[in-house]
Amino acid sequence: MESLEDILGRHPFFAGFEAAHGRLVAGCARNVRFAAGQYLFREGDPADEFFLIRHGKVALELIEPGRPPVVFATLGEGEIVGASWLLPPYRWRLAARAVELTRAIGIDAACLRGKCEADHHLGYEMMKRFLPILVERLQATRLQLLDVYGKR
Amino acid sequence: MAAPDPFLPQPWRVERRRRELIGAVTLELAPLAGERPDFLPGQFNMLYVFGVGEVAISLSGDAERGTAFVHTVRNVGAVSGALTRLEVGASIGVRGPFGSGWPLAEAEGADVLLVAGGLGLAPLRPAVYALLARRERYGRVVIMVGSRSPEDILYRRELEHWRRRSDLEVLLTVDHADADWRGHVGVVPALIPHAGLDPVETLALVCGPEVMMRFTANALLAAGIRPERIHLSMERNMKCAVAQCGHCQFGPFFVCREGPVLRYDRIAGILAVPEI
Repeated sequence: MESLEDILGRHPFFAGFEAAHGRLVAGCARNVRFAAGQYLFREGDPADEFFLIRHGKVALELIEPGRPPVVFATLGEGEIVGASWLLPPYRWRLAARAVELTRAIGIDAACLRGKCEADHHLGYEMMKRFLPILVERLQATRLQLLDVYGKR
Repeated sequence: MAAPDPFLPQPWRVERRRRELIGAVTLELAPLAGERPDFLPGQFNMLYVFGVGEVAISLSGDAERGTAFVHTVRNVGAVSGALTRLEVGASIGVRGPFGSGWPLAEAEGADVLLVAGGLGLAPLRPAVYALLARRERYGRVVIMVGSRSPEDILYRRELEHWRRRSDLEVLLTVDHADADWRGHVGVVPALIPHAGLDPVETLALVCGPEVMMRFTANALLAAGIRPERIHLSMERNMKCAVAQCGHCQFGPFFVCREGPVLRYDRIAGILAVPEI
C-alpha cells in the first residue's frame, strides 16, 4: 500500500521537494474524503487544515446575505484548497464544498506551521510553491472582475 | 463570371432566426440571387441593415454544408441591435466573405485546442465542423469554452452533443455560478494546465474578448505551446473590409485583410499596447 509520503511525493505541488522535507510534511498529513455537498470548511472556521485534491471537485463559495452562495471557482485533481492557514488569524475567508465525491490529502496546518517555523528552508519551499498559486488565482480573479463576456 | 464588387452589398433574405441568448440571435441568410459563395472557417461578412449601417460579423455555420450564411449576432450597438431584431423574410445587404481563416491545413497531424470566450465560440464553430468532417487527420481535439454564467453558454445543446462524442473533448467553465452548477467555475485560461496537452503537438485556436485572449495566450505559453502555434481571431473596427479605410489598422496589419485570424507571434508585441 502506498504511503502518504509516496502520494505527496508524486503530487505536482511537491515536485522537486527534498525527501526529508517530504517526510516532514507527510507527518502532518492524512487521507480525507468528502461526499458530494459536504463542506471542507466554512467561512470563519479556524483554518487548521488545507487540502490537496486527489480526485473530485471542490467549489469555493462566498456568501452574500440574503442570497444563495456564489461559486467563484472550482478546483480539481492536483489543486490545493485553502491558503488562509498561512497567515494570521488562520481563519477561512470563504467556504469550500465538495461538488462530487472528493478524495484529498488533508495537511494539519498547525503541525506544518510549526515545522516551517523550526526549519525555515522547509518554510521557504512551501512559500515558493504557494505563491505562484496565489498569484494565478489573483490574475484569474482580475479577469473575472473585468466581466469580459458582458455587454460592453 | 466576374467577382462581385466587394464594396457593393448583395441582397440576402433572413431564412431562419433562432434566439440563442438574451440579446443574441442566429440568422440564416439566403441569397436573393445566385448561390452562397464559399467561405473559410474564421472569415467574416459585412452585414448591412438598410438605413442603419453595416457591421462585421463572423461566419458561424458549416462551410461545407448548406446553402445559407449563418451568423450569430449579439446586440451591442445600433447595427447589431437592428440585426438581432430582424424577422424571417427581412432583406439585408451582405458583402463578403472577407479575411483570413483558421489554419486548419497547418493543424493536420496536430492536436487542436480551441479556446472560446463568450460569443467567441461562434467564429470557432465552423472550425469545429471542419475538424469533425476530417476527424482522422487530427489528433486530440479539445474545446474549452468560457462563459459569464451557465445561462450565457452559447450553443449549449450543440456543446452537449459534442461532449457526448468520444473523439472530442469539451470543457466548459463559467465565471460565476450558483450551487446548482456542477461544472467548472473560473476563467477559461485556468483550464489549460489541466488538459494534459502535449505542447509540441498542439495548435491552439483562440477567440473571445481581447483581454481573455491575452490571458489565454499567456496560459498557453506557460503550458509550453510555442507562440507560432497560437492563433487569435482579432476584433477591430472593420468598416470597408478590403484594407482601404484604415479603421481596423492594428500596427502593421489591417485586421480585415491579414486577420481576423492572426498568429500570436506576429502580434504579441502590439497586443497589449493601449494606443494600438
